[in-house]
Amino acid sequence: MARNGVERAVDVRDLSLTFQTADGPVYALSQVNLEVKAGDFVSFIGPSGCGKTTLMRVIADLEQPTGGNITVNGVSPQEARLARAYGYVFQAPALYPWRSIERNVALPLEIMGLGREERRERARKYLELVNLTGFDKKYPWQLSGGMQQRASIARALCFDPDLLLMDEPFGALDEIVRDHLNEQLLQLWDKTGKTVVFVTHSIPEAVFLSTHIVVMSPRPGRIIDIIESPLPRERPLDIRESPEFLEVAQRVREGLRAGHSYDE
Amino acid sequence: MTAGRLLPLLAGLFTLVALAFSPGGEARWFDGGAGSLLLALVPVFLLLAFWQRGSKAWRGLVYVIVGGIAVFGLLNLLQAGAAGAAGLGFWLYGLGVWAAVWHGVDCLSKAEIASAGWRRGRDLLVPTLFGIWLLVVWELLCRGFGIPQVLLPAPSVIGERIGNSSAMLWADFQQTFLKAVLVGYAIGCGSAFLTAILVDRVPFLRRGLLPMGNVISALPIVGTAPIMVMWFGFDWPSKAAVVVIMTFFPMLVNTVMGLSASGHLERDLMRSYAAGYWQTLIKLRLPMALPFIFNALKINSTLALIGAIVAEFFGTPIVGMGFRISTEVGRMNLDTVWAEIAVAAVAGSAFYGLVALIERGLTSWHPSYRQRS
Repeated sequence: MARNGVERAVDVRDLSLTFQTADGPVYALSQVNLEVKAGDFVSFIGPSGCGKTTLMRVIADLEQPTGGNITVNGVSPQEARLARAYGYVFQAPALYPWRSIERNVALPLEIMGLGREERRERARKYLELVNLTGFDKKYPWQLSGGMQQRASIARALCFDPDLLLMDEPFGALDEIVRDHLNEQLLQLWDKTGKTVVFVTHSIPEAVFLSTHIVVMSPRPGRIIDIIESPLPRERPLDIRESPEFLEVAQRVREGLRAGHSYDE
Repeated sequence: MTAGRLLPLLAGLFTLVALAFSPGGEARWFDGGAGSLLLALVPVFLLLAFWQRGSKAWRGLVYVIVGGIAVFGLLNLLQAGAAGAAGLGFWLYGLGVWAAVWHGVDCLSKAEIASAGWRRGRDLLVPTLFGIWLLVVWELLCRGFGIPQVLLPAPSVIGERIGNSSAMLWADFQQTFLKAVLVGYAIGCGSAFLTAILVDRVPFLRRGLLPMGNVISALPIVGTAPIMVMWFGFDWPSKAAVVVIMTFFPMLVNTVMGLSASGHLERDLMRSYAAGYWQTLIKLRLPMALPFIFNALKINSTLALIGAIVAEFFGTPIVGMGFRISTEVGRMNLDTVWAEIAVAAVAGSAFYGLVALIERGLTSWHPSYRQRS
């Protein structure tokens, strides 16, 4: 599984995070317990404000928890970040417009201090993996939104981290492009054997992609249900019409409904 | 009748009717010389050109060239005695030529040119013609009406002064521009840039230094210039010091703003790669700040020249553009003043243009420059 022998990619125990704001404390995360095994594809799903992005940011050491314990690859999130254990894909591609696609993808390699030849070689390799061969000399603003997001995935993968953290990466794209990228992402996951943590608020997307679906609810942000998908690893797009798929989707929907209060 | 047809018709008619009136003073339309023959042919040619069916580019060129010939004719008339006493014929003819050139430039700017090289040439030609035409109108009005030189010398007079005093103008340019402006600009912008990075790094400096910079920039130049003379002597270093004071604040404020221009996403990205402060600065924040920094560099390129020239009004050795302007005004040598102004205008625009060119090269990715390819 994981190359350093750690079975658990992410281990969260009684985690809570409270933001102090002018209007009083906001309980972004409360008593969260979660275990992500190496090689899993785990999706966080829930309405806005349920803390799914916050939880992901805690894993990435971009946010500090106020209580509980968390380990990433067996160490603290900060140590994991400094060891470049994860690649983060944001909601927007966040490519730097003054860099060509190849130099954008090679950015983390540059920061790690790799040589020019190796950077180029790796960037090309990962651009090929996300089907962007031939676009290396283009600039981000010359590419479509879907291609930009694929380039940002290549950037997150090119330094070969164990973990891939994806925060609604396809949220801004239209449904056809999204379906296509979802399919490609599954192939990528299969090929690379990475552990993927994925944030979304689309039920079909979560069910289609994941081995485990974490259903979350707001105020305070907490986990309602963790569903282990019975679907096989090999998933063509039309699996979404199969009874198993619909059953899982139904369970996710029920979880979301149970956690959602309509009294406001 | 549309404006596109009206202008060329007016050009032909005005120049033709003008021949019936006196050009003024001693000048005659027909004195038998080659110049007067051309003057008489221009209206005929313009009227013929009205029905010409060529491409827009050709039509534009024809009108501009005929207009150019007519301008030479008019200048000849001024030489022949119309200067200061230009009559109805002269001005009517001038209006006709104006209409012809306007129509010519209009055609040129609208022409669809297939070859990229020619199109580039056209894009350069149109503004050049526009500039030349302004000089021509200035020249004709000044000399036609006989405007006193003290009020406004004609461009030819200024040009002559520049030619005759080029050694003096060069010495002034060296003193003011090549020494005071460039040195002051480099020190002012450079130190403000470094200060901005320091201010950005150390939060309490932001609260302390930014208001300080603000206060310094609010100081009146008539107050600081004499003080700088006391501190740094009469020669150019005191002028450079004034330039430093003037250029420091715009650069500081713009760079500080530029350094905070990068979004949370981009910074989180750098953090996720465990990038250090300097890596984030060089690979993300400085490129992001470039448009802001160049804004300041462009503003400062003109501010610096103004500052250096004005500073020379407050004590200077007997050389320098500001010194020359202040003394020659007193001696009523307004043509020299205008010559210095012309040098300052050319130098200032060239400086600005150079900075803008570098900006284009370095920030070609910015939405205001980028092209889809």
